[in-house]
Amino acid sequence: MSFDLLSVENLRVRFHLDKGTVEAVRGISFRMGREKLGIVGESGSGKSMTGRAILRLVQKPGSVTADAIRFNGRSGSRDLLTASPAEMQAIRGGQISMVMQDPKFSLNPVMTVGKQIAEAYRIHRKVGRTEARERAIAMLKAVRIRDPEAVFNRYPHEVSGGMGQRIMIAMMLIPDPDLLIADEPTSALDVTVQTQVLAIIDDLVTERGMGLILISHDLNLVASFCDRVLVMYGGRIVEECRAKDLHAATHPYTRGLLAALPTIDAPPGDLQVLTRDPAWMHA
Amino acid sequence: MTLISRAWLLAETPQSRRQAALGQAYLGWLAFQRNPIGMAGLAIILALIVVSALSPILMPFDPIAADTANRLRPPSGTHWFGTDELGRDILSRLIAGAPITLMIVVLVAVLVAPVGLAIGCIAGYYGGWIDRVLMRITDVFMAFPRLILALALVAVLKPGLENAILAIAVTGWPPYARMARAETLTIRQSDYIAAMRQLGASDARIILFHVVPMCLSSLIVRVTLDMAGVILTAAGLGFLGLGAQPPLPEWGAMISTGRRFLLDQWWVGTFPGLAICIVSLGFNLLGDGLREVLDPKQR
Amino acid sequence: MTQPSLALEVQDLDVRFGSTHAVRGVSFTVSDGESFGIVGESGCGKTTVLRCLAGLNTKWSGTIRLAGQVRSHHRDLAAARLAQMVFQDPYGSLHPRHTVDRVLAEVCQIHGLDDVEGRIDRVLRQVGLGPSFRFRYPHQLSGGQRQRVAIARALILQPRILLLDEPTSALDVSVQAEILNLFRRLRREFGLTLVLVTHNLAVVTNLCDRLVVMHTGRVVEALDAEVLRTGTPQEAYTRQLLAASRGYDRSTLAAAEALEMGL
Repeated sequence: MSFDLLSVENLRVRFHLDKGTVEAVRGISFRMGREKLGIVGESGSGKSMTGRAILRLVQKPGSVTADAIRFNGRSGSRDLLTASPAEMQAIRGGQISMVMQDPKFSLNPVMTVGKQIAEAYRIHRKVGRTEARERAIAMLKAVRIRDPEAVFNRYPHEVSGGMGQRIMIAMMLIPDPDLLIADEPTSALDVTVQTQVLAIIDDLVTERGMGLILISHDLNLVASFCDRVLVMYGGRIVEECRAKDLHAATHPYTRGLLAALPTIDAPPGDLQVLTRDPAWMHA
Repeated sequence: MTLISRAWLLAETPQSRRQAALGQAYLGWLAFQRNPIGMAGLAIILALIVVSALSPILMPFDPIAADTANRLRPPSGTHWFGTDELGRDILSRLIAGAPITLMIVVLVAVLVAPVGLAIGCIAGYYGGWIDRVLMRITDVFMAFPRLILALALVAVLKPGLENAILAIAVTGWPPYARMARAETLTIRQSDYIAAMRQLGASDARIILFHVVPMCLSSLIVRVTLDMAGVILTAAGLGFLGLGAQPPLPEWGAMISTGRRFLLDQWWVGTFPGLAICIVSLGFNLLGDGLREVLDPKQR
Repeated sequence: MTQPSLALEVQDLDVRFGSTHAVRGVSFTVSDGESFGIVGESGCGKTTVLRCLAGLNTKWSGTIRLAGQVRSHHRDLAAARLAQMVFQDPYGSLHPRHTVDRVLAEVCQIHGLDDVEGRIDRVLRQVGLGPSFRFRYPHQLSGGQRQRVAIARALILQPRILLLDEPTSALDVSVQAEILNLFRRLRREFGLTLVLVTHNLAVVTNLCDRLVVMHTGRVVEALDAEVLRTGTPQEAYTRQLLAASRGYDRSTLAAAEALEMGL
C-alpha cells in the first residue's frame, strides 16, 4: 500500500491562554494511505485535536502550525495548511468528512434527516432536488436502514442513537470523500449497535477505497477494527504499529494502558496501575 | 495570624475554609480586573457610594433653603451647575440626591431579589401544581406594563418616595422568579442534587444550600443590569410627581421642575439628567463586567 | 423470614414512567459482603433499578429490603445510612461551588454525626486523597480525584452497601484501574457489599462475583461472573452481548441481527 493519501509533518496545535501557551499537539508526523488508521490515547493526549487540525477546525485561542499537511485526493494534491478558507470549505465534507461522537449535536433538529443528507449532496454536486433525494435514499439503504423512505421524512429526535449515527455516516459519505475522520463515532452507542455501525463504516471504506482515521480511547476496538494504530500521549505519537500487533506493543505507556485494561477473561484481582514516566513527554 | 498574600490566596492546596473562599474571591477579582468596561462601571458606582456617604461635607450650599435673589443663575465659578427656580445650588442638590438614588437602588434590590429567587426556586424545584400556581401569579404581574402598574399602586397608596420604592419592588420581582425557575429546572436534574437527595437531605436544605447558590450569580448580574431601569422608573415617578415630594432633591423630580425652563435655562434639567444617565450607565457596565466573571455560560 | 445474611433483597420491582414500562418484575438478592453486577445496554432499566434502591425513584411497586429492613417510598435517613450511591459522571455529581470539606461536612450535618473533623480526615485517607485535598473545589481536581471525593461522600456514613452507577465509564483507562482497585480494597477492608450497574462486561468480571443481565426491563439471565469468563452463558442475548464486548468482529453481526429480528 502506498502511504500518499495524507502526509502530516511536524503538526503542532497550541492554545494561547492567559496563564501561558499550552501545546495540545507537539510536533507529530505521520503518513497514511487508503487504509483504516486508528489514533488511540487518553483524554488530553491530543488525538481529537489532531483530527480537527487536519480539517483546520481548531478554534481560537488555538493555532495550528505544521511543515506540511499534504492531501492527495482524486482532485489533485493540496497542502491543507495553505489552502484558502473557500478551498477548505470545498474540501470539508466534499473530500474529507468528519463524524463526531454524538449525532444529537451534529444534526439540525428542525430539518428532516433526509433533507439534511440531500442538502449535503447538493452542496458538493450540482444536481437537482429529485436526484439528490434519490441519492440520499440510496445512501440510507447503504447504511442498512431498513425503511429508508420512512426514515427520510423523520426528524432527528425521532430516531434512536444508533440510527442517528448511521444517518450521520450517510450524510458524511454521500459526497464520496477520499478520507473520513471519525472521532469516537461509536462511544455513545451500545456494544451491539457499535458492531453494526462499525461494519457499515468498514464496508464503505473498503468498497469506495476511502481512507479512514478512527480516533478512539478504546484499545480493544482499535486493535480489532483498524489496520494500523498510532498511540498518542501528551501531544506526541509514542508508538506506531500494526493493529493486530497492538497487544505486543513495546512502549511502556502502551504496555501500561493494556495492563490497566480489565478483560472479560482475566480472573478477578487488582489491575496494574499506570505509573507515568516524565520522560514519555519528550520521547 | 496568616498574612494575606497573593501566594496564600492562590495556593493550590488551601489549608482552611477561609483560605479556600478568599482564594476563589480573589480569582474572581483578578478576572473582573481584566475587564476595563466592568472596572469603569465599578468606578462610577464606587464614586456614587462615596459621594452619598460624604454628601453633607461635599455640598457647597444648602440644597433645601431658597435664595430667591439668585434664582436661575447659569453655571459659574460659585454655582458650577447654576441654580434652580428657587435659587438653590444645583450641584448641592445633585449631591444631596445621591444618597436618595442609592437608597432606592439598595432597597429595591433587597426587596425584589429574594422574593423572585424564592418563588422561582420553589416553583422550579417542586414542579407540578406548585409550579403552575406560582407561575400564573407571576404571569399576572408580568401582564401589566411595569410603569403603569407602579403608577396605579402609588396613586392608591399615597405619593411619596417610600411608596414609589414599594411600587417598583412589587412590580419588579416577576422577571427574577422566571429566571430563577428556568435555572432551577436544569439544576434539579443534575447529579449533585440527586446525590444530596439520596443522602437524605431535606428539600429546604437542597433549595437553600444547593439550588440557590447556583442561581445567585446570574441573579446578581440581572439585578445589576436592571438597576438602571429602577433608577429611571424612580425618576419617572418623581417626574410625574408621584415619587419623592418637594423639597426632597430627588433627581427625577429635579428634571420635572427643570422641564419648565428647558429652553431658556437648560442647566436646571440637564444636570440631573446627566447624573441619572451616568449612574445608570455605571450599573449597566458593572453588570456586564460581573456577567463575564460570574456567569459560566458567557465564558 | 428474611435471612440476616442478605444485604439486599429485591422482589417483583416494577417501575412505569407514563406509558413506558421501564422495569418489569425484577427480583434478585445480594448476600452480605458480595459484589453484584447489573448489566445491560442503555434503556434496559438497570439504572432505574439502582435509583429505586437509592431512593431517587419513589414511584415503584414491589419490595426492597436493605439489610432486612423494608425500604420506604419516601426520604429515608435509615436507608441512606445503609446504602449509598456513587454516580457515573464525577463532573456532574459534585456541587461546583462547594469545597470537598463542605461536601463531606454537610453529610455529617444531615445525619447528626459527631467528630466531623476526624471523620473527614479518615474518609479522605481511605479513598486515597490526602488532607491537602480537603479545601479544594471540584474544578481544581482531576476526574479520578473527583470520583474519589464522590466515593468519600458515600463512605462517610459508613454504609453497608455501595450502589455504583457506571462509576468508571467517564474515566480514562488508567484512572478506571485505580478506581476499580479502590472498590476492591474498600470491600475487603470494610466488608462492603457492592452493587455495580454497568454496560462494560470486562468491568463486571473484574469486580463482581455474580450478576444479572437485563434487557427491556426484565432480567434475562442470572449468572456467576465465572460463566462470562468461560464464555458459557445460556441465553442468546447474553452470548451476543459477550461477543460484541470482545471488540470488533464481523462474524458476530449476523447472529446479532437475527436476534434483533426475533426480539
